[in-house]
Amino acid sequence: MSRLDASNVLLAREIIARYPRPKSAMIPLLHLSQQQNGHVTNEAMEHIAELIGVTPAEVLGTCSFYEMFKREPVGRYMVNICTNISCQLLGGEELLHHAEETLGIKPGGTTEDGLFTLEDVECIAACTEAPCLQINYRYENRVSLGRFDEIIAEVRGGKRADVPTHGTLARIRQHIDPDRLAGIEPPEVAGVPPWFASRQDEAKEETA
Amino acid sequence: MTSVEPTEAVTGIPFVLNGTAVEANEGELLIEACERNGVHIPRFCYHNRMKPVGMCRMCLVEVDGGRGPALQPSCMLPVTPDMKVETESEPTKKAQDGVLEFLLANHPLDCPVCDKGGECPLQDNAYAFGAGETRFVEEKRHYEKPIPISDLVQLDRERCILCDRCTRFASEVADDPLIHFIDRGSQTQVNTFPDHPFSSYFSGNTVQICPVGALTATPYRFKARPWDLDAIESTAAADTSGARVVLQASQNELVRTLGVDSEAVNWSWLSDKDRFYYEATNSPDRVTEPLIRDGGELKPTRWGNAMRAAARALRIDPERVAAIGGARLTLESQYAWAKLLKGVLGTDHVDAQLGDSLPAALTLGLPRTTIAEACAPGQIIVLMGPDPKEVAPTLYIRLRHAVVEDGATLIEITPRATSLSKYATLRLQTAPGTVGQVLSALADGQLDTNVGTVQAPELERAHQLLTGDRQVSVVFGRANLAESARYSADALGGMRRLVPNAGYLPLLRRSNIHGALEMGLTPGFLPGGARNRGGLVDKWPSTPEFEGHDTDAILKAAAQGEIDTLVLLGADPLGDFPDSTLAEAAFANIKTLIAVDGLLNTSSARATIVLPAALFGEEDGTFCNLEGRLSPIRAKVTPPGLARPDWVIAADLSHAIGPELGYTTLEELRSQMRATVPALDDVDWDEIDGADDGPLFRPERNWELEFGDPAQMPPTSSYGYRLVVDHKLWDLGTMSQHSASLANLAGPAVLRLSPNDIQLLDLADRQQVTVDLGEESWELPFVADPQVAPRTAWIPARLPGFDVRELLSAGRSITNLRLRTGEVPADVE
Repeated sequence: MSRLDASNVLLAREIIARYPRPKSAMIPLLHLSQQQNGHVTNEAMEHIAELIGVTPAEVLGTCSFYEMFKREPVGRYMVNICTNISCQLLGGEELLHHAEETLGIKPGGTTEDGLFTLEDVECIAACTEAPCLQINYRYENRVSLGRFDEIIAEVRGGKRADVPTHGTLARIRQHIDPDRLAGIEPPEVAGVPPWFASRQDEAKEETA
Repeated sequence: MTSVEPTEAVTGIPFVLNGTAVEANEGELLIEACERNGVHIPRFCYHNRMKPVGMCRMCLVEVDGGRGPALQPSCMLPVTPDMKVETESEPTKKAQDGVLEFLLANHPLDCPVCDKGGECPLQDNAYAFGAGETRFVEEKRHYEKPIPISDLVQLDRERCILCDRCTRFASEVADDPLIHFIDRGSQTQVNTFPDHPFSSYFSGNTVQICPVGALTATPYRFKARPWDLDAIESTAAADTSGARVVLQASQNELVRTLGVDSEAVNWSWLSDKDRFYYEATNSPDRVTEPLIRDGGELKPTRWGNAMRAAARALRIDPERVAAIGGARLTLESQYAWAKLLKGVLGTDHVDAQLGDSLPAALTLGLPRTTIAEACAPGQIIVLMGPDPKEVAPTLYIRLRHAVVEDGATLIEITPRATSLSKYATLRLQTAPGTVGQVLSALADGQLDTNVGTVQAPELERAHQLLTGDRQVSVVFGRANLAESARYSADALGGMRRLVPNAGYLPLLRRSNIHGALEMGLTPGFLPGGARNRGGLVDKWPSTPEFEGHDTDAILKAAAQGEIDTLVLLGADPLGDFPDSTLAEAAFANIKTLIAVDGLLNTSSARATIVLPAALFGEEDGTFCNLEGRLSPIRAKVTPPGLARPDWVIAADLSHAIGPELGYTTLEELRSQMRATVPALDDVDWDEIDGADDGPLFRPERNWELEFGDPAQMPPTSSYGYRLVVDHKLWDLGTMSQHSASLANLAGPAVLRLSPNDIQLLDLADRQQVTVDLGEESWELPFVADPQVAPRTAWIPARLPGFDVRELLSAGRSITNLRLRTGEVPADVE
């Protein structure tokens, strides 16, 4: 059963209600389904399509654009090792090789116990802390080979409460009580927003 | 969108094109303005019937809008005053060269085995604007090739240049966004969702607009090369919209149909039925020689024998002769057969419709509008008929475009939601049997009480919209075969009173049915809508001396032994007449059944004499579409074996009977038609052959249509589910079933219920529902379908699995079903 479960359908309806058009809830709902199953299943995409009134192909089109939406099962922890220029100069590739040997998998692979999935990634915007990696998108800076082994041991030992398991990355979910919703109307009903109208007026004055 | 506007001579926006001062229309895109001024700019993604996206960059030109020259995509750029445009400059050429080099980086050079080779825009543009050789030495992208994305279309992703034409068409025009860009980025590809094929009624159009060989049609793959093809313009005859096409043949066999851009009708789009059902003409089952029943078996014979036998069977009391069908024929053949049946034989028991339609007087007499007028910006369109997507898909595209892009307002008054419902401003859900009273209440201004399933506020809103100052066009037809046609006719009467100046577009089934009605293949009328004995047809030997039966009455009379000889002009009453029991009873009592057809169907397979007829693409003639627009039907291949055009068969048969029909060539036949039907003489016949759109055949008819008091609504039954039966595009029709690629597209017959009713009936965990009608019961599979209204059950007709006609009877005004759970839950079975 990899469609959204009953409680998530309720949550999905609440999320959809926040937008003028149901289609706008597509990405939050993809997060929701990844949270539920650890990855986005085909059945979940079909379910999301039903909920927001589009075709499954449209959901797949959006979902497949984003690398962080996984459409195949991945381990509980994604290990992303940067091999872009700064990290490479400071030992990123050696780190990746070390990780491959330690975990016994190639980039893209998942350990047999289903705990780790290894990826080599392009720049993750921490060049000052090279070589760096992410475990489920939580940063580890200036990672030596020894430090890598420690991290893996820590995670295996359950000592890293700060690292969420995969799929539960969006840990803060906004909840807005229905009576506090701003009353969103579709643009074609709401007309030109005031901030945009004033800019249009200014532009007209300038050209005049 | 610019190009949808007619390209007239303009006074407009001056700009400079390659040093010459020219003018553009207000808001016109540069690529169009250049085209109109004689400069072709190469393009891949731009298509004049879709919104521009600027995806392929092939149309880059150097534009100086006042801030110095820069390369800009001409498909995204509206012309502004005094813009300077260079399409031949060095920077432009370098850009074109560069874009092509990028496009070809991953495009395989498999042109020799590619179906598009020879007519490929990428090939042509590469020759005209490319460098001629590649600097790219790396490995190209590889994909599995090709993959079927539907039953009709195959996708070769290696060849795709990501121009977005097919995906834009699917979402923008067809509204079936089942193909999409997947894995956007360096690995972008077009694809479907797994197990959700691109099963659009319009999928073939993506093949036609694909600028490379990425999308190919399964029926045409590897059949021919473009330079081997013989082509001729014609008109598609799969439905009544009359889409313009090019027929292409190779070695005297039709191999492909392409859409032609007709401003008035199809805007270059075709339904897959229009596009692929030419396959039926190549069917091995074609009747290629006259057949005559001998010892219970149909055996080949000579034309002379068949004609003599047929003549003997027809030379009897005209009241004992009847003919059904004729919508398949060309306008000329329809006239010829009308003359033979009514003028020579003197019978009026002639009907081209099969009891699933409306009285011919309404179709002929209601003031007709055109598609363009109905779809003009700001109009009100009322749909009181079947789902246009199922009956006339090309019309659906135009109606949808009018509502979505041109601000037309759609009001739907139908027993079930249609494909257009989501665009309707107002939808009146009329339960079967109520539509007449609903329109009557609207016309009488009784807006404060609910009528049937329609609530008072909805009536109020409808009245307000329809009586405003906007022009109203009514698309009408028979929305439900399970309720009497009387209700639909009543509704039209109400609409006549409510909006006296409304224009009408009939939404009937069967290709050239409008030609058939106009040429008198319907009881009570002669060609041109003349009433019998109206004095118009003094060129005919005689005219019928009695008012004839429609198909319903013909079959009833035949069942009582009052009809001896029945002629079938391509019709299949056993397979298609709503009351199958009646049709069966009639066939049992007919002495001689004469079938004129190119393919045998359930009915003609039981014929005594079969006269082989030429089909689509094998004969010249004229098509009359739902607007009354005349367009050419042309022959590209020769009829197989001894088959002949229907008008030749009519003349020969008349000769065998005695009197001559008075023509020997198609030209003589046309002259005779023009002499007999004055309104046909008013038509500019050169225009039929010449212009893309074709002239309108519009006889003056200020008929006072008689509408009686509308029938009362049938009483509501406490447990009744009212049945809705209509037709889907893919069904067990003869032509579809003989087209190899289309034969399997007809889905199984399933009873469709609103999701709420499934809960109410406690059916959620079951697969079958028990249907009670009278003394009989059926076990039917069902599905939830939000298009179905509460307390109604929808079963499409003519599908495999269950013949819904078992539930229909010509005598019932509506059909009330009782639904219940069966004895055994599904999981136990």
